[in-house]
Amino acid sequence: MIEITWKITIRIPRQRQDEISAEWQDFSVEISPDETVLDAVEKIWAFQDHTLTFRHACHHSTCGACGMRVNGVEKLTCITPIREVTRNNGTLRVEPLRNFPVVSDLVVDLSRFFEDIERMHPPQVATNRQDNLLYEPVADESANLERLVDCIECGLCVSACPVALTDNEYLGPASLAALQQALAASIDTAEIDLADHHTGAWRCHSAFECSAVCPSNVEPGYRIMDLRKQLMQKNFKQWFGGKGKRA
Amino acid sequence: MSSKPTVLIIGAGFTGCALAYDLTLRGFSVTVVERGEICSGTSGRTHGLLHSGGRYCVNDEEAAIECIEENIILRRIARQCMEFNLGMAVAITQEELQFRDNYQAGAEKCGIPVRWMESSEILAREPAINPSVLGGFEIPDGTFDPLRLGLAFAASAKNRGAVFFTYHQVDGIHVDGQSRATNITVINRHTNQRIQLNADVIINATGAWAGKIAALAGVNVPVIPTPGVMVAFNQRLINRPINRLALPGDGDIILPQRRMAVIGTTSFEVEDVDYIPIDAGQVQQMVDRAAEMVPAVRQAGWRGSYMSARPLIQSGTDARSLSRTFKCYDHEADQGLKGFITITGGKATTCRVMAEKTADLVSSKFNISSQCQTSEFVLDSYRTFYFRQPAL
Repeated sequence: MIEITWKITIRIPRQRQDEISAEWQDFSVEISPDETVLDAVEKIWAFQDHTLTFRHACHHSTCGACGMRVNGVEKLTCITPIREVTRNNGTLRVEPLRNFPVVSDLVVDLSRFFEDIERMHPPQVATNRQDNLLYEPVADESANLERLVDCIECGLCVSACPVALTDNEYLGPASLAALQQALAASIDTAEIDLADHHTGAWRCHSAFECSAVCPSNVEPGYRIMDLRKQLMQKNFKQWFGGKGKRA
Repeated sequence: MSSKPTVLIIGAGFTGCALAYDLTLRGFSVTVVERGEICSGTSGRTHGLLHSGGRYCVNDEEAAIECIEENIILRRIARQCMEFNLGMAVAITQEELQFRDNYQAGAEKCGIPVRWMESSEILAREPAINPSVLGGFEIPDGTFDPLRLGLAFAASAKNRGAVFFTYHQVDGIHVDGQSRATNITVINRHTNQRIQLNADVIINATGAWAGKIAALAGVNVPVIPTPGVMVAFNQRLINRPINRLALPGDGDIILPQRRMAVIGTTSFEVEDVDYIPIDAGQVQQMVDRAAEMVPAVRQAGWRGSYMSARPLIQSGTDARSLSRTFKCYDHEADQGLKGFITITGGKATTCRVMAEKTADLVSSKFNISSQCQTSEFVLDSYRTFYFRQPAL
């Protein structure tokens, strides 16, 4: 087996917790093009600079901890091979997710993100049958089996969202998608009214950047449009005395 | 004001998080330091098998019993991060088919409910399994999400008063003139500032790194980091964990997780576990072996490969052995260092009982006769770990 090694430059904005702005630092890394961006970051931490901070846990796209911006695009770095994002002797900019406060280096503060999702009461485990499987056919015999829901709460969608970038009050695609999934799973505590607000489903500009970067096929953009449909049905029913039939 | 005994736990993997929760429920004042994110070492990188004990029921009865007992408890308290569809142990070869009686006897002895299935039933349930399967057992295996399991324990501890310092790297452990570990210095990696933390007891729950941390206190813990490789594929080929009906070996398990299938694993020894490169040859061997069970892994798209370093314990030490699966070292008893305990070994499925046994030891040192309560309550939502205010 031939082991190929590439030499690449990784540029990371370095920032301590008490600093107002970041300073770019370049690291030269020798790495196989089949290794991932997260491997490269971990290698820098292990062999070059033990002060580098980043989030990671599962290394196979089930935990959602390692979201970063790679050359300006949101990526789950544990499943992003180096060869997909650069070439030999190339440079990679690896930055923390946008639209979250930076704690240090590549670590962002996710407290509000998780508080907002929790308020939506999305299911953590669903069955194969449920509406959240938009993209794959399910055999009848496995429809009732359990399955962890697809959303891994990585925050990539929020980072990519152009509305979240300009409006700090916007609930954002992850929370709205969570609410849609809670409603689809008929969870009693899910409140559709949480989306019926100028900072909710109506604030979305349909850029669909969220769906484009989602590493887990959650399709937040589709789900926000579905919430609007449900809100329209509910509101028409209210305004016109309940004569409108539910689709 | 009554002052609670203070405990400092180093390491926020499964063991450290479960221990923080247990000790907090028993009334200790608990602080946890972790150099990275929760579960950013070995714990996060497990394949996520909720063991039924089936894998050990023939050659390691004690471990198997521990697994099935904890399996039942975790299914109750940690439903939020689990897929539980039962699993299978399937015979592909004649040799494996002949293992049937041994396996059944082992399972019965350990109290693991198993049921024999003919190949037609197996293939009806899991059409992706090799059509030449000869039969197999249905066993109570499940899958869990590793980070969320750790976070659920950590959240439950934090919401009840435990304090977590993530991104704090241990820099030194201070031992006083009476051979007592009294405090540690840690570097806050967000700020580069060094702080000192005092405690009545310091617990080293750093798994594969336990030897390195123990050395800072001048004691020896014989842990051998033993990594294994895992590969995740882009397709949920099966809906239940599928094991080979044999003693544990390389490439003998394939698990579902969300939209993926994960195969595991291999086993080799290393000295340094901060970064373990992936050996392409090992990956290929494992895929070949897994394809004997589920041929479609050859066509499935690659999603990720990763390494996880198990903390295996060298045998033949004078360690206080709680079980073959994990060990809790009271360093006062084995090396004369007071106020310092190491808990290591074990597996995710047994993290709660590891915490229970360690908390029993800590309680006995303070003449506190409190009972373990961790099996009684459903864990708090893992998301609440990140809340700005305790979610109680």
